[in-house]
Amino acid sequence: MWDYTEKVMDLFYNPQHQGTIEDCNEPGLKIVTGEVGSIACGDALRLHLKIDEQTDKILDARFQTFGCASAIASSSALTEIIIGMTVDQALNLTNREIAEYLGGLPEEKMHCSVMGQEALEAAIFSYKGIPLANHEEDESAMVCRCFGISETRIKKVIHENKLTDAEQVTNYIKAGGGCTSCLADIDDLIAAVWQNPDFEAPVTPEISPQPLLTNLQKITLIQQVIDSEIKPFLALDGGDVALYDVEGDKVKVILQGACGSCSSSLVTLKVAIEGKLRERVLPTLVVEAVNPY
Amino acid sequence: MSVIYLDNNATTQVDPLVAEAMLPFLTQYYGNPSSMHTFGGQVGKAIKQAREQVAALLGAEPTEIIFNSCGTEGNNTAIRTALATNPNKKHIITTEVEHAAILSQCRQLESQGYQVTYLSVNRQGQLDLDELEASLTGGTAVVSIMYANNETGVVFPIEQIGQIVKAKGAIFHVDAVQAVGKIPLDLKNSTIDLLTLSGHKLHAPKGIGVLYVRKGVRFRPLLLGGHQERGRRGGTENVPGIIALGKASELALVHLADVKKEQQLRDRLEQGLLAKIPNCEVNGHPIQRLPNTSNIGFKYIEGEAILLSLNQYGICASSGSACTSGSLEPSHVLRALGLPYSVLHGSIRFSLSRYTTDAEIDTVLKVMPEIVERLRALSPFKSDEEAWLKEQEKAIATAQS
Repeated sequence: MWDYTEKVMDLFYNPQHQGTIEDCNEPGLKIVTGEVGSIACGDALRLHLKIDEQTDKILDARFQTFGCASAIASSSALTEIIIGMTVDQALNLTNREIAEYLGGLPEEKMHCSVMGQEALEAAIFSYKGIPLANHEEDESAMVCRCFGISETRIKKVIHENKLTDAEQVTNYIKAGGGCTSCLADIDDLIAAVWQNPDFEAPVTPEISPQPLLTNLQKITLIQQVIDSEIKPFLALDGGDVALYDVEGDKVKVILQGACGSCSSSLVTLKVAIEGKLRERVLPTLVVEAVNPY
Repeated sequence: MSVIYLDNNATTQVDPLVAEAMLPFLTQYYGNPSSMHTFGGQVGKAIKQAREQVAALLGAEPTEIIFNSCGTEGNNTAIRTALATNPNKKHIITTEVEHAAILSQCRQLESQGYQVTYLSVNRQGQLDLDELEASLTGGTAVVSIMYANNETGVVFPIEQIGQIVKAKGAIFHVDAVQAVGKIPLDLKNSTIDLLTLSGHKLHAPKGIGVLYVRKGVRFRPLLLGGHQERGRRGGTENVPGIIALGKASELALVHLADVKKEQQLRDRLEQGLLAKIPNCEVNGHPIQRLPNTSNIGFKYIEGEAILLSLNQYGICASSGSACTSGSLEPSHVLRALGLPYSVLHGSIRFSLSRYTTDAEIDTVLKVMPEIVERLRALSPFKSDEEAWLKEQEKAIATAQS
């Protein structure tokens, strides 16, 4: 049994600020959502923020979490910490601060605090209209294909949490915890971070609204994410997907292989495909499966 | 708060009569059974009796019983002896749902040049015997298949499997750690060559096990040492453990006649949960299962969260979720069944014993719906699935029209 602190157990049994925030269309207030993880990964967090657009202050935060006790407690802690902050203040929050608020987490569960920090970042990016695809880490190489984790993200967590071995990296962001074939690469990244005196942790990009993607850019980006990240993930279970069409924010795909024949897996695919596309391209995308034959 | 222990496939309570039987061998009769004096000889006689008790439970001969330390040792010894006595055969057949004591070893053997076939299971956890038959070759040294699965409780048709295996001349090993004491065995009229059992699964203490070796099956010991166990397992005997296992076997034989009551309790628990809680399903075959095991997937929520919530009421169960194990992957058994992630991450195993009471089942049936409801209220997935399925149906209907 995990050695959880009293605070973790208290917030697990009595979580604060669970649920969603209804959009009342009140002028000057914006409701945004940030989502990380998936049902396939075993934990997921959907964070909802109500932000005063005049002051950029977070007026309310609610969460929905699928996961273990530490995932639920981390989500609750996150909401307690950020209510009252400005979005810029919240963007500086680290996963370590979430863990410290809980009186610590078992090393193997630190990824729950990372999930909180990433959901917060996703929500604030959504508020600022910054497509996550523009986040600098998306340009780097994919290291852990099992969990879809890039080189930049791994380097960032190594640096921020002063990690020194691959097992710690797995505990923090799951990278290397699937087929384990990338553990040697993670070792190299650790060495690269700590042997390079000039290494600087990736910084959050400047907060300013980005120009909207053209339709062609959007389709190109969707296709890239499907090819480089979603297809390899689905292939692990014998599944596949092909892009059929894009109409506005509606992405039509054809489910193939094992994905095409199992109705229950549609749920996972919804999360795996739509979740990834929302994370990488636009948070407003809606994915539909079609059968064109 | 009293404990409601429904994790008997993990380990069992030592029966008070078993503890009573072993106690004198911790205190009064501490002689080494190999010693050439009466004091040690008394212990040797007690071991002989325990061997007969275990043999009676299995329907075996006492000389076919090798005492060892645990199920893992039995499984390792079985595979190793089968390979050592058939040095020209480099092929092993097992299943995707075996215990780690088999799978870890097979993976290591693959790195040493052996070829291993891992038989798949269907959604109900059953093997395809045609796949087994097609996999067997003249080069197959050993087929190792569990009697009953520890997570789902699914029981494999061992004698049918054995006939297929023996027709090809391979050694047939059965990991019966979960089956012994729960379903009747008769090894005298069986195709099984080697069989593993573990004491702590049948109300004996931890640290004692048995490898059954059919008379006439060639054998090479894993542990080399003295002449203990007729030279088949070196090392001074765990005498209190052996005496305990003998007594536990005697009691298990009696209990087998009464196992129906345990099954009725299990069925009441299972049917009650399915009736009270929407969106949950039994993992594994509905009938071909151990009488004490129920593995239920509660959709949209995660196993560790369920277990810790049950723990508040003193209820002990088990989960196949990744978060309970320290691993990042959920149970390999539930994955092999092809369960969707929405089910397998939230699967809970309840395993009963002869000590389980009606009142304990009532308590679980009372608290479990509240726990599931609370955790589902936190989960982001439930409403998603319903909306998603509707979208799917609509999109497919549109595309078809």
